[in-house]
Amino acid sequence: MKTIHSKNKLRLAPYNLALILGAILIVTSCDLDETQEVTTLNNLVMSDEFDVDGAPDSNMWGYDVGDGTNEGIPGWGNNELQYYTDRPENVTVENGVLIITAKEESFEGKGYTSARLTSQDLFEQQYGRFEARIRVPFGKGYWPAFWLLGVPKTITVDHEEVLEEWPAIGEIDIMEYLGDEPTNVFGTLHGPGFSGAESISKEFTLENDRFDTGFHVFGIEWSPTSVNFYVDGNIYQTLTREDVAEETDGEGEWVFDRPFYIILNVAIGGNLPGNPTENTVFPQSMIVDYVRVYN
Amino acid sequence: MIHNKSKYFQIIGLVLLSMIVTTSCEREVSDAAVLATFPTTADVFTDNPVGLTDEFFISFDPVEGANVNGFDTDESEAYEGFASIRIDVPSPNDPDGGFIGGIFRDRGEGRNLTGYDALTFWAKASTTGVLGEAGFGTDFDGDKFRTVAADLQLSTNWKKYVIPMPDPSKLTQERGMFVFSAGTQSTDGLGFVIWLDEIKFEKLGTIAQPRPAIQNGEDVVIQNFIGGTVNISGLSQTFNTAAQGDVTVNAALAYFEFQSSNETVATVSALGQVNVVGGGTATITASLGVNEAQGSLTIESLGNFTPAPTPTRNPNNVISIFSDAYQNVAVDYYNGFFTGDGQTTLGGEGPGGADLSVDGDGIINYTNLNFVGIGTFMDVPTIDATSMTHIHVDLNINEALNAGDNITLQILNDVGGNETSGSVTITAANLAANDWRGFDIPLANFTGLSNRSQLGLLFFISNSISNVYVDNIYYYIEQ
Repeated sequence: MKTIHSKNKLRLAPYNLALILGAILIVTSCDLDETQEVTTLNNLVMSDEFDVDGAPDSNMWGYDVGDGTNEGIPGWGNNELQYYTDRPENVTVENGVLIITAKEESFEGKGYTSARLTSQDLFEQQYGRFEARIRVPFGKGYWPAFWLLGVPKTITVDHEEVLEEWPAIGEIDIMEYLGDEPTNVFGTLHGPGFSGAESISKEFTLENDRFDTGFHVFGIEWSPTSVNFYVDGNIYQTLTREDVAEETDGEGEWVFDRPFYIILNVAIGGNLPGNPTENTVFPQSMIVDYVRVYN
Repeated sequence: MIHNKSKYFQIIGLVLLSMIVTTSCEREVSDAAVLATFPTTADVFTDNPVGLTDEFFISFDPVEGANVNGFDTDESEAYEGFASIRIDVPSPNDPDGGFIGGIFRDRGEGRNLTGYDALTFWAKASTTGVLGEAGFGTDFDGDKFRTVAADLQLSTNWKKYVIPMPDPSKLTQERGMFVFSAGTQSTDGLGFVIWLDEIKFEKLGTIAQPRPAIQNGEDVVIQNFIGGTVNISGLSQTFNTAAQGDVTVNAALAYFEFQSSNETVATVSALGQVNVVGGGTATITASLGVNEAQGSLTIESLGNFTPAPTPTRNPNNVISIFSDAYQNVAVDYYNGFFTGDGQTTLGGEGPGGADLSVDGDGIINYTNLNFVGIGTFMDVPTIDATSMTHIHVDLNINEALNAGDNITLQILNDVGGNETSGSVTITAANLAANDWRGFDIPLANFTGLSNRSQLGLLFFISNSISNVYVDNIYYYIEQ
């Protein structure tokens, strides 16, 4: 699970700059003819366009309910303040969009409710292009995310068969956003040797625009050798096996050769975003126009 | 989503169509009918004033304490370029004026600011102090679109400040380019220096999430009467900015549109003046652009109001404290709020002390009364009532009256000096519930008030009456 984030650790090794500059040049040069080198995989294998009103498609989405206590990580490992539910007031599909709403209310001992959708056991895929079009809320304490977790493998520890745990399973954060920085999002890889505060991450900043006033497309293109992170057709971070090795002095392990599943959630408060203030507006929603996966 | 997208295209189609229509119309309109458009110049001050009047800085009125000497440009400090504006904030007891402030005005007929979303500037100070007010829209000619942020915390390093525009579409011809005021409230009276640089209008694109408010965002309920007038107040617009989080500006009335839920009870003008026209209840709400303002003003109209009888004494024989029949002397306040001494009384807080204005007649409404003072000893001359013989006051008890209820008037001379005072108690037998009673009390009855050459406080005191209308408070000479 997403654990012990630390913002000051968001960083990019200088040698990646060249790659990114390269990517930017490609994008720029392609602006006119609409063929985007940003994405190369265009065979749609899954899409949820959220066209049917009501609860999200149960063939695609399940829910993590609670405050993480049942999973052994109260506050979901980050001292988060919300209790996740599957109630329609926290998650619903309406007018062609998925709406995940965070509310300020006393519920099961917590001060906020929200929702966390997961495609675990329903949709899992290794490699490909994962993309969603999303509008996020604003204000201190909001921490919406579109991210992937690896499917745990069964391993043997002390002659007992157990499931792998985070960070051995790997985590790819396609989009994370903090409500008090409405022009920034960040993309991150976590794995053994580079998890939590030591994760490998980079920020993308919108110029003259914000993420809470309109929809933006967030995606990764993930191959056996690298993960490209993009926003609205701009690659802002490319991480390769070699990057992970160099970032971690060879300690980090590339664990991104297994199926991953999708998570969409809105967390409130905790270590990374800080807690809401009296000026934070509740309720607010993360609105998802679509989720699409290509290979 | 398919539905949504097709709607989108319909809308785009409509927009295109309307553009075509508009374009074809424009060709037919004669030159004379074309609206004048004003310059869109963004800069206000870079290293020099840009497009401002020759006087550049136009101070607030020195009569009200504005110090005109502390404003200059400074070529030894600049955030960018070679010069900045230097403001020497005076101490409160500076003989040239205890605060500094004023405006910069466009030298032409105004600028078209509709393409911007904020006024921005860089500022720093010689010490961590507070810039009391900064903004735009004050032109000393109506201040129609006055927009100011209050209490900007300054640091000793250059920092950028963003003053969001409540609704840029209204700013088609604005002359008020910049307004500021500063005092030493934040520095315990010690003078300090503020530098300003790169004052300009910008289209940041990151000003979002508008949350307008009236009545300070609260749902206020007041009682009033037919003929009463009330002004909507506490107007603001809050935006979320990328760099500074939420920023709230005081926004002028002209940005808002007002609405009454029941125009047979109360109407509201474009400038937020509410007129009570019938009995019943009406709620005034407002919007700014497409956003409904938080807060409202609900008027519970109690019907017709009987005013206190209009005084008829010769003004030459009167020193008036509160009356529409006379020119009132200057007072410090109509409610001193001695809350530290246990005062609970509210009221006396409206314009000229009037909490109610019915057909132009102002009335004080003290509520939660235990004691309340009207002051004439701090920033205004004390009252020399040596030649006066009586005090007059009209009282209307706005609640059930019980035997034993009473209200005491106390007058203090030379407050804090060689203080003397006397009091007179009015009993229930002479008062009336929901009706006016006039009192003419000889000053000689205020036993202990041995001198009345420097009257400084008039108290109303009661432990039995909580809610009272008060009008026509004046000293006079019995002829």
